[in-house]
Amino acid sequence: MGASDLIMYEEEFQKIKEVISKLRVDANANVVFLVDKNGQQIAATGDIEKLDTTSLASLTAGNVAATDGLAKLIGEREFSVLFHEGEKDNIHISIVGGKVILVVIFDERSSLGLVRLRVKRSSEELNRLFQQIMDKTERERAAGVASLESPFAEITDDDIDALFNE
Amino acid sequence: MSFINYASREINCKIVYYGPGLCGKTTNLQYIYEKTNPTAKGKLISLATETDRTLFFDFLPLDLGTIRGFKTRFHLYTVPGQVFYDASRKLILKGVDGVVFVADSQEARTDANIESVQNLESNLRDHGYDLRAIPYVLQLNKRDLPTAVPIEEMLGVLRYKDEPYFEAVAVKGIGVFDTLKACAKQVLIELSRK
Repeated sequence: MGASDLIMYEEEFQKIKEVISKLRVDANANVVFLVDKNGQQIAATGDIEKLDTTSLASLTAGNVAATDGLAKLIGEREFSVLFHEGEKDNIHISIVGGKVILVVIFDERSSLGLVRLRVKRSSEELNRLFQQIMDKTERERAAGVASLESPFAEITDDDIDALFNE
Repeated sequence: MSFINYASREINCKIVYYGPGLCGKTTNLQYIYEKTNPTAKGKLISLATETDRTLFFDFLPLDLGTIRGFKTRFHLYTVPGQVFYDASRKLILKGVDGVVFVADSQEARTDANIESVQNLESNLRDHGYDLRAIPYVLQLNKRDLPTAVPIEEMLGVLRYKDEPYFEAVAVKGIGVFDTLKACAKQVLIELSRK
């Protein structure tokens, strides 16, 4: 289980935020966010104050998982793009590097064509960044770097009890 | 698969409630939702049919506070219990950190419980997990019903390893938090071992 955990470092996190912020501007979108395939939000940018991003992340991952299941049933590897069209707002969902889900929410100020074009460009960059993170995690794990030590290494029963008493 | 974000000092873990149809998985989540401080919880999302049977999953995000300066967040999911939803059930187990098995104590549901544990074991295996190694808690629900099977008998057929077990009446909240706490504890201890 351990080796596949996703660990996000400050440096890469900033770069990822830069990429999705740029994508938001270039695609004229309202919100751009990244979720892992398990439904955990990785980063978000745009008008997210009014949005329940946690629920959005979980439902997006559920949606992608269900669609992946559909793809396999008909013999496809995956459907790499999902698009939901609403009256005002639309959601464009795409899979980056087979691991991460990129979600773009946009309205009539943008268009599907523009979003697709910009997403394609950003995806390559994001894919590279996530590959870097995986490589870095692997390297540090192999070298047993101290900075990778779990923040919970010396957790006590009292710590856990305290969580539930708050 | 937990997600540790060193940049925002957050850790997210996923706990899945598993068990046969109508055993009380959603009820567990509803009780936790009702009794949790509004600042510590997100929305409870239920993807259910018109008759309130879980169709895909229920989802409840919980912020439990901080440990060693890291915000600790648990994402609780339930699976649809009905046998024919197996494809959806398998999807939800993806990336799981800990499992709570909710067993229905009624005698008539004994076979359904056993079948569901076997289904859990095999679906976990398909994702590369081993039920013997993953954080796991057994909840014996509906203990207040007159047809409830004696505890020893249930443990005899359902206990998979030396997992902690709890008697519960989820509709009244009995045993609900004890179960969650025991699972969360195992998940955090598992993290500390990595």
